[in-house]
Amino acid sequence: MISVEALSAGPLFGLPLAELWFALLFVMLGTFLFLDGFDFGAGAIFAGLSGRAERESVLSAIGPFWDGNEVWLVVFGGALFASFPAAYANLFSRHYLLMFGILGALILRGLAPEMYEQRHDARWQRWWGRSFVAGSVLAPFLLGAFAGNWLVGSARSATLVGVVVGVTLTALTVVSGAAFLRLKAGETLPARVTRYGLVAVAGYLVAVVATLAVLALRLPGGAAALFDPLILGLVVASVGLAGGYALALRRGANLVALAAAGGLTYGLAAVVGLLMYPQIDPAVGLRVDEAIVSTLPLNLMTIGASLLLPLVTVYFVVLYSAFSGPISPEETY
Amino acid sequence: MSVTRTRVNAGVPGMIDPVLASRLQFAITTIVHIIFPVMSMGLAPFLIYFTWKDIRTGAPIYEQLRRFWTKIFAISFVVGTVTGIVLEFEFGTNFAAFSTAAGELFGGPLAVEGMMAFMLEATFLGVFVFGRERVGDALYFVSSVAVGLGTWLSAVWILIANSWMQMPRGYEVVTENGQPVIHLVDPLAAYFTPRFGYMYIHMQNAAVESVALFMAGVAAYFVFRHHVWGYQTQHVEFWEVTLKIALVALLITAPLQVLHGDMYGRHVAETQPQKFAAMEAVWETEAYVPEYLVAVPTSLDQLTDPRAKELFGIGIPGGASWLASGGDPSAEIRGLETFESEPPPVAIVFWAFRGMVGLGFWFILLAFWGGYRWFTGELFEDGLLHKALMASSLLGIVAVHLGWIVTEVGRQPWVIQGVMKTSEGVSPGLTAAEATVTLVGFVLVYAALLGLYVYVIARIIRNGPPGESSLRSVPDTPQSPSAPGAPGVADDD
Repeated sequence: MISVEALSAGPLFGLPLAELWFALLFVMLGTFLFLDGFDFGAGAIFAGLSGRAERESVLSAIGPFWDGNEVWLVVFGGALFASFPAAYANLFSRHYLLMFGILGALILRGLAPEMYEQRHDARWQRWWGRSFVAGSVLAPFLLGAFAGNWLVGSARSATLVGVVVGVTLTALTVVSGAAFLRLKAGETLPARVTRYGLVAVAGYLVAVVATLAVLALRLPGGAAALFDPLILGLVVASVGLAGGYALALRRGANLVALAAAGGLTYGLAAVVGLLMYPQIDPAVGLRVDEAIVSTLPLNLMTIGASLLLPLVTVYFVVLYSAFSGPISPEETY
Repeated sequence: MSVTRTRVNAGVPGMIDPVLASRLQFAITTIVHIIFPVMSMGLAPFLIYFTWKDIRTGAPIYEQLRRFWTKIFAISFVVGTVTGIVLEFEFGTNFAAFSTAAGELFGGPLAVEGMMAFMLEATFLGVFVFGRERVGDALYFVSSVAVGLGTWLSAVWILIANSWMQMPRGYEVVTENGQPVIHLVDPLAAYFTPRFGYMYIHMQNAAVESVALFMAGVAAYFVFRHHVWGYQTQHVEFWEVTLKIALVALLITAPLQVLHGDMYGRHVAETQPQKFAAMEAVWETEAYVPEYLVAVPTSLDQLTDPRAKELFGIGIPGGASWLASGGDPSAEIRGLETFESEPPPVAIVFWAFRGMVGLGFWFILLAFWGGYRWFTGELFEDGLLHKALMASSLLGIVAVHLGWIVTEVGRQPWVIQGVMKTSEGVSPGLTAAEATVTLVGFVLVYAALLGLYVYVIARIIRNGPPGESSLRSVPDTPQSPSAPGAPGVADDD
């Protein structure tokens, strides 16, 4: 048994835990935006589909996964609360209405797939279809707006940077969603789902350029902050991944396309994190090393996360391998 | 400790003060949310049992039970997810001062809850709900256990966080940059307070009891329809079995809840005397305090004050003293007037406590009544019992609500007992307009959400269990229960 004294004396193995937790937060955020991102994207594509079989195949494709995917947001929130409580409190209370907007969108999106199947009349399904689309588009848009405002340290929630990052993230979810749907429901969906993915990835690149332009104006460090080798490298890699995504999707290499979309999502999360560091709440100039909790709870959290996150990975492997391959709409309770 | 803050527009007409609005909003969002975890935690042991029996016996009835109650579980889980994220966010949005000061102790359990429990249940729920045809029996059974375990582990971490707010230990308060910050000093003391065990047993048993009451009430309706009214009813056998299973669960949980609740009450009297005084509405320190069953003020001015000076009451002499001390009717109870801080809203705590305890005894009566009728072979014929069960189907959840009202309202004015007041925990920058907008929004959205949930559950119940033709268990498999002498298939119900 490790003593409380030893755990309070210094960071575990002398590791830079504040920085590691900062990085871990963006890994969690990236994981959420990728995994639930393809659910959101599937919801946006749902709007472009009309037939009952097509629509039901979208719902069946995300059915077993979306709840688990959404938990990454809960884990991100909990980890931010536990590791940087002041940053969590500042951010969530500063963007008060935005946070409740995100929650409202998640309610609309979360209820829809369950409710849709409860009744089979057209009006009921039309309304839950709308709820599904609205929630799936609004959630990434508002999350993007939150991330943009967080990064530039805006005191307000309705800002240009918020809108631009929101659009960027929404486009990215459609990129992931198209690849995911091709993988899980390819047989029943029309060829235009591929086109949606290609348009979205082109739109994503345009939106990234717009985001970089707005950031150059709004970041405290100005355009100079963007000319960091790591940031530039990530931008170049994103262009390459986008090209690879388009090629793979057209050739039907859907898993490769989905992986490329994942790369884009983690890349975006990494850019936000790198631009923000060493601050965690730029609005008040709060730095990572100031906001981190004290040594004892930090060490405990680190031990907990190192034991639990590998287990969580196993759960996801079990889930995704149980539902490998296409999922048919008949597979329901 | 106090946090200074400026409120720009706290006095705007038509807007509710942000402190009051935040408290009301948290109360409403919690009261609605707790319904869904109670359903999922309470259903978990039943679903594990049904899955086990379904796999082992292959009997159609267990597949029906599993599939029917899984539908209700899945809906409850989804609504529980979307309303649960709201609560996690509200600590930051509405109680930022609390989160900043106490995040070091309070954030950890929430983060671990997400990683250890919520992840387990949400991923295996996908397998459990959608994967019967995709995975083998063993993994399917494991997924039912993982989902159930996840719901119960969730409660462990939430109650660790809550019990620390009731009974803070293992911490110290340090002023940093002029702000008080609570530091963790002794993790074992902080996270495993004696309160945690009481809360966990009381809550988990309450969840199972509430679901047992719900199952019994629903089943009683169909049994009553068929046997008492004489209408031809589909799936009567399914509802008869459901009623018996629910009664067994009720016979175990109902007495346990009251016995354990008595110990829990004594623990509260020792560790949160202010809350206990509010539960019994004791204003001045007294001995031989009666346990009032009914207390009515004689003057209309004091209508909401259950222990106004001029009072007509019916009580058990020395009853409250007896409860507080574990058997001594002459024990002294410290009065509310002896505490430095203002008392909690006494009327709410006093009546919620009486409501909860009254219901607890009513459930025992129901359990024994049903058990007796079962013993005499008249379980399906006693119409009055069926009506009582139907009327009580939602009362378990009501009792959980009343219990949490005693716990949370009784802790007021403190958010962390004796350390930080709730009013000091509210976000400093929150405006009255923002707080009012979201409060009104939640009232509307959650009313709709609750209505929708009730509608869907009622629909599932009306449609009944899946029909024989859609079942995967085929009567002529080698494991068929109808095969005489087949091992491991004895139907012990």
